[in-house]
Amino acid sequence: MKKEYVMGNGAIALGAMVAGVSVVAGYPGTPSSEIIETIAKYNNGDIHLEWSINEKAAMEVAATAAYTGARTMVTMKQVGLNVASDPLMSLAYVGVKGGMVVVSADDPGPISSQTEQDTRLFGSFCKIPVFDPSTPEEAFQMIQDAFDYSEKYKTPVLFRPTTRVCHGYASIEVADSFETKKHDDFEKDSSKWVIFPRLSFANHAMIEKRNPQIGADFSNYKYNSVRGNGKKAVFAGGISYAYAMEYLKDKDDVKVCKIGTPFPFPEDFALKALEGVEEVLCFEELHPFIEEELLKLAGKHHLNIKIRGKHTGDVALSGENSSESAREVIGSFLGLPDSCEQIDLSDLPKLPVRPPVLCAGCPHRASFYAVKEAMKGKKAIFCGDIGCYTLGNAMPLDMVDTCLCMGAGITMAQGFNWTHDDCTSFAFVGDSTFFASGMTGVANALYNEADMILCVLDNSTTAMTGHQPHPGTGRNMMGDVVDKISIQSVLEGMGVKKIETVDPLEFEKAVSVVKECAEMKGVKVIIFKSPCIAIVKSDKKMTISDKCINCKKCIREIGCPALITVDGQVTIDSSLCTGCGLCSHICPVNAIGGECNE
Amino acid sequence: MNKDILVCGVGGQGTVLASKLIASSAMDNGEVVHSAETIGMAQRGGSVTSHIRIGNEVYSPLIPKGHADMIIAFEPAEAVRNLSYLKKGGIVIVNKQPVKPVTESLQDTGYDGVEMIEYLQKKCECIVVDAKAICEPLGSSKFFNVAILGVAVGSGKLGISKEWMVKQIETRVNAKFVEKNMQAFEAGIALKGDF
Repeated sequence: MKKEYVMGNGAIALGAMVAGVSVVAGYPGTPSSEIIETIAKYNNGDIHLEWSINEKAAMEVAATAAYTGARTMVTMKQVGLNVASDPLMSLAYVGVKGGMVVVSADDPGPISSQTEQDTRLFGSFCKIPVFDPSTPEEAFQMIQDAFDYSEKYKTPVLFRPTTRVCHGYASIEVADSFETKKHDDFEKDSSKWVIFPRLSFANHAMIEKRNPQIGADFSNYKYNSVRGNGKKAVFAGGISYAYAMEYLKDKDDVKVCKIGTPFPFPEDFALKALEGVEEVLCFEELHPFIEEELLKLAGKHHLNIKIRGKHTGDVALSGENSSESAREVIGSFLGLPDSCEQIDLSDLPKLPVRPPVLCAGCPHRASFYAVKEAMKGKKAIFCGDIGCYTLGNAMPLDMVDTCLCMGAGITMAQGFNWTHDDCTSFAFVGDSTFFASGMTGVANALYNEADMILCVLDNSTTAMTGHQPHPGTGRNMMGDVVDKISIQSVLEGMGVKKIETVDPLEFEKAVSVVKECAEMKGVKVIIFKSPCIAIVKSDKKMTISDKCINCKKCIREIGCPALITVDGQVTIDSSLCTGCGLCSHICPVNAIGGECNE
Repeated sequence: MNKDILVCGVGGQGTVLASKLIASSAMDNGEVVHSAETIGMAQRGGSVTSHIRIGNEVYSPLIPKGHADMIIAFEPAEAVRNLSYLKKGGIVIVNKQPVKPVTESLQDTGYDGVEMIEYLQKKCECIVVDAKAICEPLGSSKFFNVAILGVAVGSGKLGISKEWMVKQIETRVNAKFVEKNMQAFEAGIALKGDF
């Protein structure tokens, strides 16, 4: 055994490895990505590990592997669960043989997500168990239990950490080696594995009968726990329990109840915990899940208990909880004075804002600027997508008019096509997003005769989530070098007639390609190909000569972090500049030169 | 030992390495350590913080506001941004060089960090470090994060000894850069009492 200081996601990965997981699949998404990356680090080759092309694919790969009795895990962020919900809903009816844990990381805040959805609700919607860890240490233990319960009840289970658990660090005792759990050959039985209405009806009845039994089983589960005594109780789950305990650690005259398995709700446990309690505060993030379960329980058992939480306006309905909100909300519930002494910051000076921006030298900046330059004075709508390039919306580029979800930009550009006759519809998609859910949108455009320009911003990686490989990179998570899938060939195969590949840093050429495509009818694709600057470290730098008239056009046009003013004079920050040379194409007096990449 | 230490700066300044060195120093000496970092979208050119919590009775991964014993800030405005975490009587160790945000180039508000340093000095015990000057003899400002760590250790208020930290630098820093980092660290330590 050795002690490892790991991120919560690392703890989840190591816990799954201790449990003998043998197939792991997922799609990158903050805050879940490091689970698969940790397994890659410790994998000796016994575990089949993959970044699937999207969450739906991951779910299906893991499902059949679990049909054989193998233990399998799927990882994603919460919005990824929407993509994987089709197979998951049906899989909940069919069930599994080996333990199958679906990790869906929620992101209260949201800190880096489109929604504040609650995976616990997905659990009750699919009618499958949900595990909700409150610390990295607990996540390590709990995911091992999740595999056991999954196998015991032959159902996939959801495991939902939140950002602060995923990204918190703690020490874990880890074995020196891991063994995958043995599995059998797949036993063919179409009455079991082929979903038909008859099977669904029978299994639905089975699930409704089974879930209260799981709830009863969970009532004795160690991570549903009570500490303290009194007529008041705080119910909390996940990271909110940690915040509550931070405030209540020295107070014994209030019950603190942790709900580690919110679904099926451990009713017997809760009823026992509520004995002698007159008032309850539910402290949780996202949906008032525990609160509604307690309201149901109180109704069913005619309990004379006041239940407070989000429905009573005591706890915020949106955003993250924190130690501070715990102190405030729980303090007021208990009628305690606010005891925290803080430095008076009422006269805080105005702080500089630091919005996230595209890196200096990011090729996406050049791609966006080429399109902007080519379409100057013409009517155009720009549909963005999910990735680093969503940041193309920031001033001064201002090149993202819409962004909804993975792959949506391509189909959304088509919608504008049917409402605007006089306007060119653009879609921007990254290479990883193209493979994840962009290809179907292209087929839709071709089949329905849309006029649009698709710009594939191909930087040969999944940059935003930490540079994961994908089908276009020629590497996979087993460490193998594989044939790259060519985006160009995919598009040709579908029948796109106009496909241009251009390096966005060859600026004049890029602009003329965009202009040419804008004159044509039908589906046109421009592949802007240039590697992510965070991967190909560049030593090249641009310099500004004394020809500079300090007009600041370079700064105003592209907003590169390396273009700064020092004592009012435009300067290139050589610690940030990568020599991409985009600024040199903007300078009206050719004052910017140097060793550029071209 | 019970200690809450917040390390903050701007993406790319090396807050993650600094916090890892502090966490591992404490851990190697038998302390229970938890930490949390802001990563993801916020990291690109944005404010970055790392919360390090040393001690047994820790629940929240983030330091509760008003509880940090020390803030180690690589940038003046970031120190002020996180000042609500500092407890009364806590100490701030801050680098005086500002990092201008991109928005600053587009719309010049004249941010130069001076007002921030003055505010810090008014509000709490504060060690202002000229990391650029410390690193000048080393020929590179790249290691300024470790120099500031040296100042923090030298202040005697971090609760981590020089020997513990040296061991971490020797084992956890990329071998190519150990020597430079050690020099930066020593230069930071050498400032002891010279504020």
